[in-house]
Amino acid sequence: MTETATAEAPALVPFLKRDATGQPYLAGSRCEACGHLFVGDRTVCAQCTARGRMSPVRLAETGKVYVHTVVHRSFPGVETPFVDAIVDLDDGSHLKGTLTGVKPDPDAIPFGLPVKVAYCEASPVNAPGKPYLTYYFIPA
Amino acid sequence: MSDVYLVGVDMIKFGRYPDRTVPDLAAEAALMALDDAGLELRQMQALYCGNLGQANGMVGQRMLAEIGQTGIPVTNVANACATGATAFRDAWMAIKAGVYDLTLAVGVEQMGKGLLGGGGGASPEGLIGSGTMPAMFSHIGMEHTRKYGTTFAQFAKVSVKNHWHSTMNPKSMYRVETPLQEVMAAEMIAYPNTKLMCSVNVDGSAAAVLASEAMVKRLGLMDRAVRIRASIMSSNPFAERQAAMPDFSGATRLAARAAYESAGVGPEDISLVELHDCFATAEIVHYENLGLCADGEAGRLIDDGETQLGGRIPVNVSGGLLSKGHPLGATGIANIYEVATHLRGNAGDRQVEGARLGLTHVVGGGPGMGTACAIHILEKA
Repeated sequence: MTETATAEAPALVPFLKRDATGQPYLAGSRCEACGHLFVGDRTVCAQCTARGRMSPVRLAETGKVYVHTVVHRSFPGVETPFVDAIVDLDDGSHLKGTLTGVKPDPDAIPFGLPVKVAYCEASPVNAPGKPYLTYYFIPA
Repeated sequence: MSDVYLVGVDMIKFGRYPDRTVPDLAAEAALMALDDAGLELRQMQALYCGNLGQANGMVGQRMLAEIGQTGIPVTNVANACATGATAFRDAWMAIKAGVYDLTLAVGVEQMGKGLLGGGGGASPEGLIGSGTMPAMFSHIGMEHTRKYGTTFAQFAKVSVKNHWHSTMNPKSMYRVETPLQEVMAAEMIAYPNTKLMCSVNVDGSAAAVLASEAMVKRLGLMDRAVRIRASIMSSNPFAERQAAMPDFSGATRLAARAAYESAGVGPEDISLVELHDCFATAEIVHYENLGLCADGEAGRLIDDGETQLGGRIPVNVSGGLLSKGHPLGATGIANIYEVATHLRGNAGDRQVEGARLGLTHVVGGGPGMGTACAIHILEKA
């Protein structure tokens, strides 16, 4: 992973976007009817079924580890072990991602560990040499 | 409305049959179920065929091409790990609605080895966590650990139990005891699930013949009949973290509540349970989702041996998905076969003594897909 992000690399997931300055961010939607905050764009609320009440928002870039697992066996070609974490972002949204900067040992990662979101370019295992914009977590 | 009965049910021994076809595996189970009922294919009025791997391949019609093209309506069903149970429920509903008196439900799957999960396009695997099934169910286990302190050893004990059970089931893929130390020391797949705590990808098929009450009486089959007291399905209700972490508990809780209400019984009335132990961590959370114990007590339940054969509420005496195997489309009907076999008193060494009411549960889905859950409550007629 490299720390730089260029305008050319496509985003690995649709909720990862760039603003007018080229800065990557996590796009979300808040339901004005029930207040639920979703990752990504949407038009109807899955929680309260309200239609046309979604407002686009930029999601928080800090949060806490809700749960995590250390993945030792993955699809062919994927480097292991890595830490797969479910993070509760500080704005109330929830995001899965790879947690780096920690020992890949379940006991070394406390529930509630504060983390922040970082962005990088990296090549998917099934598209070697082709960089995509992606994100990951690091301890805050 | 009158009751619907299971009058014939069977499954092939789960294993690896790379040289056979999906319709061929389905046909074998269908004929076995018909033989169990003492009926002929030409008496069946409709077929419901569950399969995932060839969901667009008309497996039901291809199966009939092998065992008899009587022209009956065929519904091919795909619904993740609830595929077989969905086919069974469709066969039940058609009779319950008064459309037919005799229906056939078949579940079949031919699988490769290896990890399930992932999808098309550029793979986020490793870069954005993991889309593998073991990682997903490890998160679910870790949530239980976070809430209640459940330990690696407690999760592992599920696997010890189910592998032991499978030594008594001649139709199980594996029939080998695995002591706790061996389970915990096995290759770690995604903590806390080791390889021995992941279900086995196998080929398999299972089938069931269902009949209306009037038909059961007319054919004189009541002595082998099993009454279907509840047939319930659900999908995943909204869950707070669903986009990050697929939820299997909400759907299971919805279906369980509806099934107990529909049958007019409670978890305390159930003699045995076949639940969806796709991973050892899943069995732990489903103890609570199905009401076998209060929330937070699942670790104690496995520690105290309450869910092993001879315990208060035996769970997965077939060996479960962990050892018997998990051929996705067949699993739901295989679970029904297991419970029916106990209700009939034919389960041999693993017989749950005095079994009167049994519950089967399957729940499937994946990241970004949602969940399908099916629960059946069966009673000795």
